[in-house]
This record gives sequence, C-alpha cells and structure tokens, in this order.
Amino acid sequence: MSIEETIREYILENFLFTDDQSLLSSEDSFMEKGIIDSTGILEVIFFLEEKFNVKVDDDEMIPENLDSVKNLVAFVGSKA
Amino acid sequence: MCGIAGICNILSNELITEQKLSAMISMLYHRGPDGKGFYIGQNIGLGHARLSIIDLDTGSQPIHNEDKTVWVTFNGEIFNYIELRDELKKKGHDFYTSTDTEVIVHLYEEYGDDFVTYLNGQFAIGLWDTKRSKLILVRDRVGIVPLFYKQENGSLLFASEIKAILAVAKESPKLDPCSLDELMTFWAPVSPNTMFQDVYEVSPGQMLVLKNGQINKRRYWDWEFPLTNDEYNLENIDSLAEGLHELLVDATKIRLRSDVPVGAYLSGGLDSSVLTSLIHHYGNTPLRTFSIGFENQKLDESLYQKEMIDYLNADHSRITCSDSDIADNFEKTIWHTEMPVLRTAPVPMSMLSGLVHSQNYKVVLTGEGADEVLGGYDIFKEAKIRQFWARNPQSKFRPLLLKRLYPYLDLSKGQAYLQNFFGTAIQSPELLWFSHLPRWETTARCKDFFSDEMKAKLNKNDAISRIAQTFPSSMSKWHTFNRSQYIEAKSLMGGYLLSSQGDRALMSNSVEGRFPFLDHRVIEFANRIHPKHKMKVLNEKFLLKKAESQYVPENIINRYKQPYRAPDIPSFFGNNTSPEYVNALLSKSKISEYGYFEPDRVDRLVRKIKRGMAIGYKDNMSLVGILSTQIWHHTFIENNYENFGK
Repeated sequence: MSIEETIREYILENFLFTDDQSLLSSEDSFMEKGIIDSTGILEVIFFLEEKFNVKVDDDEMIPENLDSVKNLVAFVGSKA
Repeated sequence: MCGIAGICNILSNELITEQKLSAMISMLYHRGPDGKGFYIGQNIGLGHARLSIIDLDTGSQPIHNEDKTVWVTFNGEIFNYIELRDELKKKGHDFYTSTDTEVIVHLYEEYGDDFVTYLNGQFAIGLWDTKRSKLILVRDRVGIVPLFYKQENGSLLFASEIKAILAVAKESPKLDPCSLDELMTFWAPVSPNTMFQDVYEVSPGQMLVLKNGQINKRRYWDWEFPLTNDEYNLENIDSLAEGLHELLVDATKIRLRSDVPVGAYLSGGLDSSVLTSLIHHYGNTPLRTFSIGFENQKLDESLYQKEMIDYLNADHSRITCSDSDIADNFEKTIWHTEMPVLRTAPVPMSMLSGLVHSQNYKVVLTGEGADEVLGGYDIFKEAKIRQFWARNPQSKFRPLLLKRLYPYLDLSKGQAYLQNFFGTAIQSPELLWFSHLPRWETTARCKDFFSDEMKAKLNKNDAISRIAQTFPSSMSKWHTFNRSQYIEAKSLMGGYLLSSQGDRALMSNSVEGRFPFLDHRVIEFANRIHPKHKMKVLNEKFLLKKAESQYVPENIINRYKQPYRAPDIPSFFGNNTSPEYVNALLSKSKISEYGYFEPDRVDRLVRKIKRGMAIGYKDNMSLVGILSTQIWHHTFIENNYENFGK
C-alpha cells in the first residue's frame, strides 16, 4: 500500500468512520470540512510517528503540513 | 421536592380515577417517598408524591383554600412563605397547615394568575380553580423544578417527569428527531421540546392556563438585560459588591428554612466555597458538607475541598467515583434524565445525592448558577477574546490571547487548529449566538453518525435556526456579554445542568437541591451590573470575588477555574472489556434496528475506541451520545424500566 493509500485509509477509518473513498479527496482541507479538530490532529501526529517512524516537531504542526491527505503525503515524503 | 401529576379533561368526558392518578404517581416514588395524596373533582384529577421537608405532620397534598374551591398540587419550595403567610393572614386568610404550599392557594385568591410573581422559590405548580373550571400549570423562573404535559384525546396529562405521563398515555412514545438534533447541538432539546414526540415542558418562567377548552401560554418572567449603558447600575464597585453580598446572604438564609437538616455540596470551586462559607457565617445550622472525588486524579479537586473543610471546620462526607461506577450506573441514570447525554457527568452527581441520602439528609444547597449569573464560564472569556480578534481578523497577535485560556489543555500543540476552532464566525461577530458557535459546531459533529433515515426526518431549518427563534427581539440591543449569558442560561443551564445534572440526579435519591445564586433577586440585580465588573479583563466572576474575598481563602479565590468533568470512554471500555448492555446496544444489529445512527460508522468508532485511538472530544461525545440514545430507546420506547422504578 502506498503512503497516500495508507494515510487516506487511516483518515477515512478513524475520522469519517467509513470506507467510502468518494467522501475524501486528496486536496480536502481537514479543518474546512470539519474532519479533524485540535485534539484530532494529535491523533494524526501519533499515527504519523508510529506508522512512518517520523518525528513531528511543535513548529511543524501547521496546516501546510497536516491539513489534507496531499499535505500529509508531502510532509512524510520530506521526512524520508 | 416532590412529584406531581394530574389529568384535566379539556374536551373529553373520560372518567378520572384514583387508580389512573396512582399509576402516574407511582412512577415518581423516588421524588416523594414519604406519602401520596389525590384530589378528584369534575374534569380534574391531581396527584402528589411527597418528600416531607416543611410541616412534616399536616402538610399532605393536594392542599385547598378555606372553602375548598381552589386546590393545588405543588413540587418545590416557596422560600419567602413566612412573609407571604403573615401578609395573607393580615388580609383575612385562614391557614389549616404550616406549609409553604398553602400560601399558593391564598395568594391565588388574592391576586389571581399574578400570584406567581409574589413567589420567591423553585416550583412546579398545578392549581385548579373549581369555580372557573380553570387549571394553571406554572414553573419557576429559571427551570429548577421540572414540569411536563401532553395533550391526548381531549385531555391534558401533566407530571414532574415524563415517565408518569407515559404510564397512562394511550399513544406509544416516539422519539422526536428534531429534539435529538437539538440535543446533539446544545446538549438538550430547545424548550419546550422534549425527547418525546408530542410531550412538552412548561418552559422556565412560563404559565399555562387551561379554560373553556383553550390553552393560553404566557411568560411571566425572563432574563432581561439593559438596552443601553445608562440602564446599568451605575453605583461604584464597592457599593455593587456590598449589594451583591447582602442579597447572597439573604438568598442563602431563606434557603436554610426547613424542618429537616440542610447540607451543602462542596466542590472546591469558588461558588460552593462562597456558599458554604455564607452558611457557616450566617446560618443557624451546623455546616454539613458533601463532595465527590474521582479516582482519575486529573478530574479530582480533593485538595481544594480539603482546604475549605479545614477553613470552615465542616462535618464533611466524601464519595469517590471510579470508571466502573459510571458504567454500572449509566442505564439507570438515563431512566432518570429521560434524555440522552453527551457526557457522563450526571452519574457522579447521582452518586453524590446517594451519599447525602445515606446520611439521612434530604436537602442540600449548591453553587449552581453562579457562573451564568455572575460571568464565570470560559465560554464568556473565549467570546471576549474572539470579539477582540474579530475587530482585526488578520491580526497574528490577537488570537494568541487564546493561550491565556484553558491552561489544562496543551496549547503548544496544534495551535493552528485551535485558532481555526475559536476562529469560527470570526468574520461575523454581530451574530447573536457568536459566543456559542464554536461549541455548537463541535457538539454537532456527533450528528455525523446519524443514519440517512434520521437525516431525512429532520426539518429543513437547522437546530440553530430553531433556537434563534426563541431569543427575545430585544437581544440584539444587549451587550454581547449579556447575550452569551442569556444563551447559556436558557440552553445549557436550563436544559441540562439544572435537569440531567441537577434535579434528576438529586431526585434519583430523593434529595432536594436549593440554589441561592439563582434567587431571582440575585439574577435581577446581577443583570443590571455592567459586564466589565463581572469579568475584569479575563478575570471571571470579579465582582463575586470582591464581594466575598473575606469569606473564602485566597487560594480558592485565585485558583484557576476547573470545569466539572467525569470519565467518559474509559468507563465503558476499560481493560478491553465492556458491560453486556454496552456491547448489546452498540451492536450493528441494535443500531440498525433502532434506526437513529449509521451502523457501520458506529462500529468503526467502537473499533477505534477498542484500539485505544479515540482521544478527541468528538469521539468522546459521540460515543456517550450514541450509547445513551440507545439506552433511552431501549428504556422508554421498548418499555424496559421495571428494574429502575421502586
């Protein structure tokens, strides 16, 4: 499974509680669509750190890195 | 408190029997275990379950006037009954009991429907005027004591709790989808709605009059605030503090009137500390206090409780709530609340009233209401910062003030997300409900789990539009802080804190709560105090602190306000096991059968919880909301409550 597929499946399963791929595009903003809130983003960070073995610094917790599937994929890629 | 019930034929000629009234009253045994009484007249039946507090010997209800032409069934307390009784005696009225109840019938004789404006108290009243064939149903100003009604086949059924109405109603109970929609936005249905279709509450401050087959409703009291700055009380702050103190002392003293011992809740927060100190200094009763603690240290306030106990040398009892206590008592709690809940907090409150009952106390004073009346909640601070931010939405500096809030949350992480949350409607600060929109939008996330069937049943206008229709037209002229106070008092306080977490939790163990901060004189005085004195910059309840600083230790005055919270998800899924009822009611088959939620989504939420991955508010509230809705359906719609009633 690719990084994008893994992240997409995680968001669908844990925040939208569905496997319906049509409910989430890669560009959808988690904040604007109300998918993830401030505590939810901590869940995402735990997931990234465990699944991809990356460390997320406080100053990296910004929407540019974390607010869509596309941004997450790019962020994980930048940590590789 | 007590339990009341009644039947009034509006267009029907159906025989009203004691058996039928008894079936209603028997559902209210927990509210009034000390006795019951009935009055049956032409087209009317009144029932009463008594919790004896004043005039233990001759206070049986229903009570009548001199010539038995006016009858009343009454739940609550009239705290100024001694003064009213003296005045009524001077006017020639004869009393045959020493009760507070009897002043009601004589006041009605004297002042007609306006009798209610003379009462200082907490009450639900059913009054029958035989000469005019007129029934009055009326409830206290802020909604401390519950009262519900249902029209059916030309009759009107009324009772302190809905379960008493269901006991004799011919129609099967059904969930009102709009009420669930409202509950999952504001924590409770918008008054007068209840969770049950075609069952309504008499709203706080409202009177219903049934006469000649017509029901007329009128509001005799509401929270009102100044329309202009000139209308605020312009005395200096020292005078205001003195005025507030004097009123609080009197509000507390008259609430100590009782023929049984009176205790007090002590949470360790400012409000209960002020209250217990006022009892200690001005009451004529030994100070007896009760508190609840949690095994979970993050939620526990025992250190502050101990400081006050030592300071006042109080005789104190304490009970500790564990996670398993929540799960063990949750089903029964929903039987008492009669509505789903989004947090488990009513369960420990019910345990606390159980502690009071076990110590042979029937009455406790509590600090509830101080936050709404005197400006204590974080939501008021949030709104103030967000208003400041809204003046310059592009500012990078202004939202950083949010860091001053919620020190118990880790604001160093996910700041952009917090700003996004608090930045809700930042472009529209003129919205009347601007202060509450972030909370409502967060709560409404529970509705993501609604089934398609449920969504299809909802009105096209959303819950926020519906609550907005209940706001007074003058609200747009009020100070924004006062708007927040009004919304808080009418939604969360009236619908949830005084109900599921208040009356229902107290009455589950036959304990009456009394609320000095909700004395209408205190509210009316406080509503004319400018918000700058209630919250000085971001210092909440500033005037209260100033008024009572010599009665409460400095540590308590200066401590950071901690909201009362109870454990949620861990209660139901600790150690990877769940009680049988949790597994059964959250199963895909039961979720599908009841039809309110999407089975697959709920299943994924449960699996996420079992993986230990659910840490957010949404997951917590959704789980508690879904589980309690399922329990509500199982209990009331499927009629499974034999085990709960005594």
